[in-house]
Amino acid sequence: MLRRILINILAPFLAVLLAFSVGAIVIYILGENPFYVYKILLVNSVTKVDGWGYVLFNATPLIFSGLAVALAFKGGLFNIGVEGQIYIGAFACAWFGITFDVHPLIGIPLGLIFAMIFGGLWGVIAGYLKARFGAHEVINTIMLNFIAIALTNYLVNNPFKEPGQINPIPQTKELFSGSIIPRVYPLFNRIGINISPSVPLNYTFFIAILFCIVVWYFMEKTRWGYEIKAVGLNPRASRYGGINPNHIIILTMFLSGALGGLAGINDIMGYRHRFLDGFSRGTGFTGIAVALLGKNNPIGIVFASILFGILDRGALAMDVFTNTPRELIRVIQAIIIIFVAIGNEFIFRLLQRLERESE
Amino acid sequence: MAEYILETRGITKHFPGVLANDSVDIKIREGEIHSIIGENGAGKTTLMNIIYGIIRPDRGEIFYRGKKVEISNPSVAIKLGIGMVHQHFMLVPPFTVWENIILGREVTKRGVLDKDTVCSELRKLMEDYGLSVPLEEKVEELSVGICQKVELIKLLYRGAELLILDEPTALLVPQEIEELFEILDNLKRQGKTIIFISHKLKEVLRISDRITVMRRGKVVGELDGKEADEETLARLMIGKTLESQKLEMYERGEEILRLEGIRLSPRLKNINLTLYKGEILGLAGIEGNGQRELLEIITGLLIPESGKIFYKNREIKHLDPRTLREIGIGFIPEDRQRTGLILDFTVAENIILGRHYKEPYTVRGRLNLPVIKKTATDIVKEYDIRTSTVDKYVRFLSGGNQQKVILGRELYSEPELLIASQPTRGLDIGATEMIHNLLLSARKKGMSILLYSSDLDEIMTLSDRIAVIYNGEIVGILSPKEIDETTLGLYMTGARKD
Repeated sequence: MLRRILINILAPFLAVLLAFSVGAIVIYILGENPFYVYKILLVNSVTKVDGWGYVLFNATPLIFSGLAVALAFKGGLFNIGVEGQIYIGAFACAWFGITFDVHPLIGIPLGLIFAMIFGGLWGVIAGYLKARFGAHEVINTIMLNFIAIALTNYLVNNPFKEPGQINPIPQTKELFSGSIIPRVYPLFNRIGINISPSVPLNYTFFIAILFCIVVWYFMEKTRWGYEIKAVGLNPRASRYGGINPNHIIILTMFLSGALGGLAGINDIMGYRHRFLDGFSRGTGFTGIAVALLGKNNPIGIVFASILFGILDRGALAMDVFTNTPRELIRVIQAIIIIFVAIGNEFIFRLLQRLERESE
Repeated sequence: MAEYILETRGITKHFPGVLANDSVDIKIREGEIHSIIGENGAGKTTLMNIIYGIIRPDRGEIFYRGKKVEISNPSVAIKLGIGMVHQHFMLVPPFTVWENIILGREVTKRGVLDKDTVCSELRKLMEDYGLSVPLEEKVEELSVGICQKVELIKLLYRGAELLILDEPTALLVPQEIEELFEILDNLKRQGKTIIFISHKLKEVLRISDRITVMRRGKVVGELDGKEADEETLARLMIGKTLESQKLEMYERGEEILRLEGIRLSPRLKNINLTLYKGEILGLAGIEGNGQRELLEIITGLLIPESGKIFYKNREIKHLDPRTLREIGIGFIPEDRQRTGLILDFTVAENIILGRHYKEPYTVRGRLNLPVIKKTATDIVKEYDIRTSTVDKYVRFLSGGNQQKVILGRELYSEPELLIASQPTRGLDIGATEMIHNLLLSARKKGMSILLYSSDLDEIMTLSDRIAVIYNGEIVGILSPKEIDETTLGLYMTGARKD
């Protein structure tokens, strides 16, 4: 058991290290000193309190989208549609926030619930199509992404466009104050962490951590988690065991979509306080990488999200202070994923051999 | 010429935790049919895979026609003239017979397959050996018996002199087995040498010139085919005498299950069947005659187009597996790894499957892990499941122990009706015996069992009555005391019908 945990940590760690090595070669070929570039990358993200603030802010939506992908994956489904679920959930959440002026104790939970329900229902479309007609969820979730992006694009350009707006990117009105999740700097400053008010890190980060615990508990300790995993591992045996795989597929897609919907609130309720067209920029897809790197484990997902948060933050600095283009970060992210994928297979075989030898 | 076509000396092979072959010496004479027998796990298949070059031994030497050879991979073996028919056929189903036969040794004319040359060569070959197969048909449309002949021709086409057949009779009905034996006798007359792997004593005695017995990776005896008898072989194989289990008399009880006119195209035409309390009703049939569909209908996985199913006079046609379990029906599915178990769940998680949603395993939606663990531990103890802990993944258990997990799970809740499909397939004699005893003692307690098995011995020894299914219909209800396997085979192949 201990060995299993150790290997599960070691493999992603090695993948990251290898990816950075390959990245270093690319930087070198581009004519820069890799050590210098990496130093810039890290100095501006993890050596300063504000840097960490940005890192965690970046990590927050990734935790949700990583959880969304991981939960679906445990249920044997590949939810590529988190991106679409983010847009739908976020728009529903924004609609609530610009429509109802209520006390934060009501406004914040209801905002979350709106994001979850609509994100979840968007996920259920693909789940239902799979359960009812056997249509593959990968295709349908990809298609639903386009629909979700186009739909919210229409909504934010037409009925919900902020009147008199000058910003070239269309957006909605600002949310009422009751649906706004505050930034953390007042709290942090009080406990002696000096983070500047300009850092957008907000309480959504803590909500994300809370959801990691909730998802873990749900999957490991409840009957429904058991059934989702059972169907994910072996639908035939699950049917024999009296579980209706079709119901579980729909449930899984709802829960996955709901988590996806929550990935939008960091931006909507915690940062911009409005729905900005195309705000997500691939958070849902990065979630796939996060879940893969985090081995579909909530703790792993938190660490993977933070790593990706560091890379995103560092990319900005790299762009400003070096001649290496920030796209290099995308390259490193992609290489990490490739190495993790190879590592998974390798580790799986190694584990099987070890288990057999320990008979 | 050397006396032996093949000889092994001191072949030893370790697998993690097992000594599969422990300095094995075998001697095969040219032109004989030599059987190698032993329980599952005795090391027969390992030895054959070594001879055929699929795995390398840790130690030991192989001599072919008196010369020491290094068989590093199957193509070396094929070049030497060794051919092997595996337990599972190595054929490409959508290809035709002739395409399959030439696969790996394609004859071409200007880059195009030269079908005419190949087929005329093959026809000559078939004539020489008295083996005929339809060259133009697709393999997926052929029966198991014909596929086997295709495999044999494939070997002969490659010029094999020594033919290894690994459990060739496992999937055949008695008539097909007899036909295979005639082919083998014929091949022997033509000078071929045959190694015949089996654990069925009757067959081995019928066909062999000589017999080598293996147990736990060692050769424990070498006998002349004419001098050997079943008892000696069984004693050598398992180290003790086989006791054939006796069924106690049974009086027909009340009706438990009744099927009326079950129909599901294309496989099931009209099934009528009644099962009574406390009996084991054997279901015999050649694969593909509708038994799988029938069992899936009874277990709630398929819904028939017409007909009725009564369980204790209640119509259950539309009930799902969960409800069927709740009213007292247990299932042992045919494919334990695909349907019976979730391999990447632990023993404990598998043991509660099917009842996991009920108290005491789930309380208000929450899994009650201590109770689950305790129940699993009890079942592991009661059914003698060999596992270090109940938290071990079922994937890492042996086949016999995996099956015991399923049996433990199903019997623990004391169902009134058990649907058991191939409960001992692929298990060794020890595990098989234990499972037979479990089924018999459950029957004694009044459980009714519908038993489907492709092992006719199993059907004959365990059943109170035998229902034979052929082409989607029950063609006979037989009493095992009044018939022999040949008669059963006649019903199974549709040659006889009541």
